[in-house]
Amino acid sequence: MDILQNLINGISLGSVYAIIALGYTMVYGIAKMLNFAHGDVIMVGAYICFYAVSKYQLPPLVGILLAMAVCTVLGVVIERLAYKPLRQSASLAVLITAIGVSYFLQNAALLLWQSDPKNFPTFLNGIFGDKGITFLGRSITGTTVVTVLACVIIMVALTAFTGMTKMGKAMRACSEDKAAAQLMGIDVNRTISMTFAIGSALAAIAGVLLCSAYPQLTPTTGSLPGIKAFTAAVFGGIGSIPGALLGGLLLGVIEIFAMTFSTELSNAVVFAVLIIVLLVKPTGLLGKQIREKV
Amino acid sequence: MPERQKTKLVPVPSPNLIPERDVDKSPILEAQHLGIDFGGLTAVNEFNMAIGRTEIAGLIGPNGAGKTTVFNLLTKVYQPTRGTVLLDGKDTHNMNTVQVNKAGIARTFQNIRLFDKLSVEDNVKIGLHNQMKYGTFSGLFRLPAYWRGEKAAHERAMELLSIFDMQDLAGVKAGALPYGAQRRLEIVRALGTNPSLLLLDEPAAGMNPSETAELMDNIVKIRDTFQIAILLIEHDMSLVMGICEGICVLNFGEIIAKGTPEEIQNNPEVIRAYLGSGKEA
Amino acid sequence: MKEKSSHKRLTSNLITYGIVVAAFVIVQVLGATVGLSSSFQGQLIPICSYIVMALSLNLVVGISGELSLGHAGFMSVGAFSGVIAAAALQQAVPFAPVRLVIAMIVGALLAGVAGVIVGVPVLRLRGDYLAIVTLAFGEIIRNVLQVLYVGVDEAGLHFSTKGEAALQLAEGGRAIIKGPMGATGITKLATFTAGFILVLIALTVVLNLVNSRSGRAIMALRDNRIAAESVGIGATKYKLMAFVTSAVLAGAAGALYALNYSSVLPKKFDFNTSILILVFVVLGGIGNIRGSIIAAAFLTFLPELLRSFNLDKWRMLVYAVVLILVMLATNNPQLRGFLDRIRGKRKQEGEEESTHA
Repeated sequence: MDILQNLINGISLGSVYAIIALGYTMVYGIAKMLNFAHGDVIMVGAYICFYAVSKYQLPPLVGILLAMAVCTVLGVVIERLAYKPLRQSASLAVLITAIGVSYFLQNAALLLWQSDPKNFPTFLNGIFGDKGITFLGRSITGTTVVTVLACVIIMVALTAFTGMTKMGKAMRACSEDKAAAQLMGIDVNRTISMTFAIGSALAAIAGVLLCSAYPQLTPTTGSLPGIKAFTAAVFGGIGSIPGALLGGLLLGVIEIFAMTFSTELSNAVVFAVLIIVLLVKPTGLLGKQIREKV
Repeated sequence: MPERQKTKLVPVPSPNLIPERDVDKSPILEAQHLGIDFGGLTAVNEFNMAIGRTEIAGLIGPNGAGKTTVFNLLTKVYQPTRGTVLLDGKDTHNMNTVQVNKAGIARTFQNIRLFDKLSVEDNVKIGLHNQMKYGTFSGLFRLPAYWRGEKAAHERAMELLSIFDMQDLAGVKAGALPYGAQRRLEIVRALGTNPSLLLLDEPAAGMNPSETAELMDNIVKIRDTFQIAILLIEHDMSLVMGICEGICVLNFGEIIAKGTPEEIQNNPEVIRAYLGSGKEA
Repeated sequence: MKEKSSHKRLTSNLITYGIVVAAFVIVQVLGATVGLSSSFQGQLIPICSYIVMALSLNLVVGISGELSLGHAGFMSVGAFSGVIAAAALQQAVPFAPVRLVIAMIVGALLAGVAGVIVGVPVLRLRGDYLAIVTLAFGEIIRNVLQVLYVGVDEAGLHFSTKGEAALQLAEGGRAIIKGPMGATGITKLATFTAGFILVLIALTVVLNLVNSRSGRAIMALRDNRIAAESVGIGATKYKLMAFVTSAVLAGAAGALYALNYSSVLPKKFDFNTSILILVFVVLGGIGNIRGSIIAAAFLTFLPELLRSFNLDKWRMLVYAVVLILVMLATNNPQLRGFLDRIRGKRKQEGEEESTHA
């Protein structure tokens, strides 16, 4: 077993999880709901990019931007139509609705794009030539480099955004107390829409990165990575941006190492991590505790 | 040399909340040096109180004084940071909410917590849960024990509901009851658990004066029939001064006064802290 | 008033039993006289097991108020252990119906054990976290089954995770469970009558539980956990009771389901199956026992119906849309208020009419 190679692969996969986990963690932090359909938005983003690049021969960057645009709109529309009417409802109802949305996206994709796997274009690998770059004797693909870089840039940008901009502060205010934020003149609906927009745009990026590394694209491509990324978000502490990064990276590394022992059971290992984290430290590594008011 | 810890020596208060008829008996509840911190914030501190076996006691204080927190400490919804609670002389230290209830404390809630989707009768029967003896097996297979147990529970539920004249509402969904009736149902449900101490959190909230007067009569009636102690939180001074034999005043998480209604009404510190401008309540 | 409400409950339960019995009788009569189409015939046993699955999940979602997304996992435990039991007893118990009953009991018990193993940690969590962990357990169960090999020979059962050869079966022995290939060479034991009886048992268990001391405790915890604890009802015991009872029913349903086919893949019991059962429960009305039965029966047969009109590919999409719409219609305050107003108006008008008459 090549530990370093596995570590590199793990960090690459973990970076994708981290980007997806951001979508979960931001939405959970602000709307207090598990957006089950987030993984399927990833899949939609990947399909858009696939068609733009492979079928319509658009430049990859245009394809990515197009995917981001479509996913942003999709995320906002989903929130408006399906989640907003249930904002006061029990979490059971919201979660079932989110599962419905997830199912809807998968089956709509199945009708639109059929079930046969599409070969996602590997344009990211070509960035550093055919061989990629060499690091400590291991060759690293362009996809890996771009993925890790994208993850770092997104984390820094998002931390700056929530910390410094007006909208970012509004988001933090909403995640603390929506009613109080509203009284302070913050448009809660707009803030939640914005959260979904950002999360979905990131999902599009994650979709492209995920399919560049694992180029088999089907309508269910997003669902399992989606659930794993949620695991990563919980692992790191839901609601926390650095937590998403930490959880994503750890989970990616754990999964790759588990795979070297048993391919069939690697998913079971990832889910076992989720279970153990929730039982031992339900607030995650970097999360904070909330007390129920009586 | 480490700095000496700051201690405030508080004299253990005299059991002046035990009414004369109970003095020869041990108190049903004794809270000693009870306190809790939320994060770094001290919500309740040095709470000392003794309640007689058939006493109606009041816990009053301005909003945010920590009254409901005291209830949550007594019922172990929150675990106390410091101090002990003795129920009938037994330390409740290792008990949880369920065990405290089985040991004899029942309560109502400030923001009503009924089982909204279930009928009034079912709500009371849930209160009777630990009084009913048949097991899950008898229930699943409808053994004779089931029918006996259900019949007894039904009769007992009706009896308890009759305290507030609510037998006719037995089939109504609890969530559909008017506000006042929901508060009364909470009391009935709590009584179903056969408590020796009943905690009422603002039982008269949202009631009009005539309803409040009726409630006062009923609280006294409950004490007299069931021979139990009642501790209540209430903002309605006519109720507190009207039926409580001992009153404890809380401000900023600490007891500032204890005594009979007359003593409390004339206590300058209470008037300053609680009534603000010194207006008579 | 009380007499009236308990009377109403009894009537409602009797109607539910009546519907199930009537459906069975009608199918039997039609089968004996007109004859049933083979596609419908083939759906009868799956319908029975899905009805039991829906009842089982409704016990968790509707009565206990927790979302389980891994119910197919319990079904698969029942299915595979049932198949193993049936195969192992092939010689010892030659009479097929008895072997079927034993297989279902074994499936139910092992699923119940799985229910305890999953339930004890899971039920400490709440809400979304609980749901996602049941999903995780469902996937873990499926993953483990995919590497499980079981064989039988004269010496008894052999287990392995390494492959068929690692079972080291004696001559005359055969592999029953073959990892990702699932259970193969199953002797079909399940009958529609057995399915009908299982539905009746499941229905009785759920209805009797709901109307008993334990059932009320479970519902009390659902409606208000803190209040339930304040009247001396321990959450863990009763949440676990609902969860394990549900797993037991799911296990029996799984055994029935698997013993209707010659082979069953572990993949059959994936997340999609868990969601399908959730769709039955939501469409039938969360907490509505009769609704679950009707929805499970109708929606299990629906694909056959749609296939004949070549509309089958739209089915899952429609399920998804209906799932969302049902949740919106039953949970959005404005929408519900609107529906209530329409209903209330009609009722009022009806009352006025009756007073006039």
